[in-house]
Amino acid sequence: MSLLRVENLDVSIHGTPVLKGVSLALEAGEILGVIGESGSGKSMTALAILQLLPEGARAAGRIALSGHDMLALDEAALCGLRGNEVGMVFQEPMTALNPIQTIGAQVAETIRIHEDVSRKEALARAAQALRRCELPQERFPLSRYPHELSGGQRQRVVIAMAIALQPKLLIADEPTTALDVTTQAEILTLLKRLAREDGMGLMLISHDLAVVADMADRIVIMRQGEVVESGACPAIFGQLTHPYSKALLAASDHQPERAGHVFEAPLLQVKNVVRDYALPRAGLFGGARKFRAVKGVSFDIRRGESLGLVGESGCGKSTLTRAVLGLEEVQGGEILLDGAPVFSGKRPNRAVRRKMHVVFQDPYGSFNPRWKVGRLVAEPFHLLDDAPEGRAAAIAEALEKVGLSGEDAEKYIHEFSGGQRQRIAIARALIIKPELIILDEAVSALDVSIRAQILDLLADLGTRFGLTYLFISHDLSVVRNVTDRCLVMQAGEIVEEGATEDVFERPRHDYTKQLIAAVPQLPSK
Amino acid sequence: MLRFVARRLVSLLVSLAVASCVIFVFVEVVPGDPAAYMLGLNAQEDTLNALREQLGLNGTLLERYLNWVGGMLRGDFGTSYTYRTPVSEMIGERMWISLPLAIYALTLSTLIAFPAGIWAASQRGSLVDVLVMGFTQLGVAIPNFWFAMLMVLLFAINLRWFSAGGFAGWEAGFGPALKSLTLPAIALALPQASILARVMRSSLLDTLGEDYIRTARAKGLSRRQALWRHALRNALIPVLTIIGLQFSFLMAGAIIIENVFYLPGLGRLVFQSIAARDLIVVESVVMLLVFAVIVVNFLVDVAYALVDPRLRVRA
Amino acid sequence: MSRSLVIGAVLSAVFVLAALVSFVWTPYDVLGLDIPNKLKEPSAAHWLGTDHFGRDIFSMIMVGARTSIAVAIVAVGIGMLLGVPLGLAAAARTGTLLDEVIMRGNDLVFAFPSLLIAIMITAVFGASAVNAIIAIGIFNIPVFARLVRGAALSLWTRDYVLAARVSGKGAARISLEHILPNVTNLLIVQGTIQFSLGILAEAGLSYVGLGAQPPTPSWGRMLAESQTMFSFKPHLAVFPGLAILLTVLGLNLLGDGLRDALDPRLRRAKR
Repeated sequence: MSLLRVENLDVSIHGTPVLKGVSLALEAGEILGVIGESGSGKSMTALAILQLLPEGARAAGRIALSGHDMLALDEAALCGLRGNEVGMVFQEPMTALNPIQTIGAQVAETIRIHEDVSRKEALARAAQALRRCELPQERFPLSRYPHELSGGQRQRVVIAMAIALQPKLLIADEPTTALDVTTQAEILTLLKRLAREDGMGLMLISHDLAVVADMADRIVIMRQGEVVESGACPAIFGQLTHPYSKALLAASDHQPERAGHVFEAPLLQVKNVVRDYALPRAGLFGGARKFRAVKGVSFDIRRGESLGLVGESGCGKSTLTRAVLGLEEVQGGEILLDGAPVFSGKRPNRAVRRKMHVVFQDPYGSFNPRWKVGRLVAEPFHLLDDAPEGRAAAIAEALEKVGLSGEDAEKYIHEFSGGQRQRIAIARALIIKPELIILDEAVSALDVSIRAQILDLLADLGTRFGLTYLFISHDLSVVRNVTDRCLVMQAGEIVEEGATEDVFERPRHDYTKQLIAAVPQLPSK
Repeated sequence: MLRFVARRLVSLLVSLAVASCVIFVFVEVVPGDPAAYMLGLNAQEDTLNALREQLGLNGTLLERYLNWVGGMLRGDFGTSYTYRTPVSEMIGERMWISLPLAIYALTLSTLIAFPAGIWAASQRGSLVDVLVMGFTQLGVAIPNFWFAMLMVLLFAINLRWFSAGGFAGWEAGFGPALKSLTLPAIALALPQASILARVMRSSLLDTLGEDYIRTARAKGLSRRQALWRHALRNALIPVLTIIGLQFSFLMAGAIIIENVFYLPGLGRLVFQSIAARDLIVVESVVMLLVFAVIVVNFLVDVAYALVDPRLRVRA
Repeated sequence: MSRSLVIGAVLSAVFVLAALVSFVWTPYDVLGLDIPNKLKEPSAAHWLGTDHFGRDIFSMIMVGARTSIAVAIVAVGIGMLLGVPLGLAAAARTGTLLDEVIMRGNDLVFAFPSLLIAIMITAVFGASAVNAIIAIGIFNIPVFARLVRGAALSLWTRDYVLAARVSGKGAARISLEHILPNVTNLLIVQGTIQFSLGILAEAGLSYVGLGAQPPTPSWGRMLAESQTMFSFKPHLAVFPGLAILLTVLGLNLLGDGLRDALDPRLRRAKR
């Protein structure tokens, strides 16, 4: 008998179907990967198994978890199973813990809610569970509060809570999506180890094919509430039949065609840039303290080149980006675009700023929701000394360049999907015909299939207009596919620089090696 | 934690200093001679001089300010012109009505609001929720002095359960004194309880939607357990803010309500003093009320830190 | 459209209309005395009865609406006109001395409930409707400043603000073009709430004699004048109080309804 068997599961929320005839099975000790893009219903499937569906949801079909008919049980019986027979880990470690309770108390609660044990014993067992999740009491006392821990550490606490009673099934919904790549590798290893040690079934849900492919015994691919394909892993990757799964696999490692000419002369020169932030004073009589986010960074981008900048969160890449854009003054060194400083005197240099623009990560936060697209796209005209003639024509031209139509200028931003919004962001960046485009995690928030389209668009625009790109990302596989050269940044410093292929094939610095080793790999086709 | 309290204490002292300056300057800007203003048109020159002396109007601005503040610190609020008695005595007498009234009302308001808010939030959309929301909607809109008049009409005049006004005095015993404060306290508390219950409900609904509630449910906690163990304490943070704000509204509201019930509290004193142009008394009562408001807000800040460990470090 | 929006809009509209109509027509003259007809219970001639001077209560409520609404509108206007720019400036220069000064100033004003401000003003300058407006208005400033600063701070972290900065726009221009339009919904909702609080405050101040002075009719003073007589003539107190209650209720419902209608996120959270 399977540990978990889901048969013909239908779920609708306020009458709108979100799951349609989902069937899947998981044996004890097995790792099942569930893959899907946003809206595929993968998280809803997990919530249905725990019977923690949002209000207004109705489920039909059958869910059998180690012999229990989950859809037939009453709430009291379900509470007895949750945390005891099945544990769950969620995506966002920053908000998954109660901010005003110690981690010890939160892990111990799992034990105390299900077993009649003393507070002291529950805490002792909580300490044990945390130790298994590599948070030993000596370094992470039970009295810590969540805000005193990093994202990866918090996720370990969440995992400790889920496995404290050694459940038969652990569901992990995008457990590493919010984490850096090295932390991701550690958490995935931890999950795998725990599953193997306890003979626990693990259902690993992810949008990232490579993450799942590395870990799973079997995988299920979902799309719009339906299972489109399932099979043993990694064998399945050689014999995908459904067109969607094939497209998904292709998009996951998409390499756009680039054919621009790279000139020798540098377009952007960053020389020994230092950027300090003031920290709050230490006490009334403490001196002013500062934090050096960027520690003497130097690099060039040649005209027509696509340069990657990779690094984990907190490495200083966002700070560096702001400095290059001339948004903040630097405390040392200089930044020259086409030979002229981006900051002259105490003010940003407008003449220089016209030659670059930026595309941000979040397609939803990048636009003022009260403006029409035309006005949004035209905003960079503010950098020009006098309004250009044929403003409307310029807007239409920019929109057409990115594959939209001139009529879209009259619409509001909420009428567009995430991928279309990113196209509009590119149109906004292009409208004053800059030479350098800074892509700040510009494709990180997009589903893989949309991401592939945007990467193609960028490559095409780069070729047609001889654009220079600075491609900033935490995603190494994307950087590998779209850049000529790349820089690796760690703790405010560039630790490695070279031709992209060289860096990835023959990394020299330890940190680069560590990063590349941590990147989950797709099975070779 | 200690450092947090110390920092808040410093800002409390600064607030008090600035507030006293504002009140002082305000009274100083009275056009013309304050003594002449207080005494009216037909004042004799020697009475004017006596009052000027008494008001300390003969020194520089700074001297006068320091005199005033220094006096208050020693408990000397000056002498009322109209009653010829020390202001501190007058205030002291009346404070034993106004302060218990405010505390009584705040207690009632909290005792009504917490259960109502929690009950409504835990059964969102149910009949209980609809009723609580409906009643609080009315409670927020009702002017408290009018509500007080209606209660007098019903409970004092028709049913004769309470007397229509006046204060039995603490010397008459705790029971009768409390009884004469009961209708005023209810009148003050009900509108405040309505606001508080709504804040409690919406804050609790917000926290119930947080990720950590989902985590708690995945651990096996029932909806009820998740609410009591995880949501409630987190939901208290905005509620505390409102309780702090309400105290200042209660102090102010008490001034009006005392009028309805003919209670000889600070409110009556203020209006009598305004009518008699007794600026020293007005100034002192306002300073005292502002002092109470600032101290209560300090206590609310400390309560924040007790509830939320993040604040203890950050500050 | 939600039920509370409709009920709220209708109630508010009734009182605004009553106030406007009172300029051209009232059933009786509210300034003329009619002692023979004093203290009449509600009847066909005097729908809501008459007061101790024989004045028609229905007419007085109509004219009283004028006072209430005028005081509340001007007080909210003062609060917005001063509070919104202060809040925008504090958010644009967060962490600087300017921000600190604005916010501490706000805290200070918050320590003076509007009644205390009114008491101080009255003690020094005498009681009048104008002074009541100033007292309520001053108290409204920090309400709007805090609201705007809080909302603006989160807007300043949005990427579209960053994009505007990349396009060379300064703090003042960004505050006007990007921040202000995105806080207007909040301002409308809070404005309605402060409007209803203003009506309550004006009624309270007039009740204790710190607001509108005779002979200007005002709901609060009608209640004050009924104080000695309402035990045997309840209609003197019931109707002006109901007018206050219904106006404030209407405005609150309107505010709730507007909030839900303007912000789909809040609508979801509330459900």
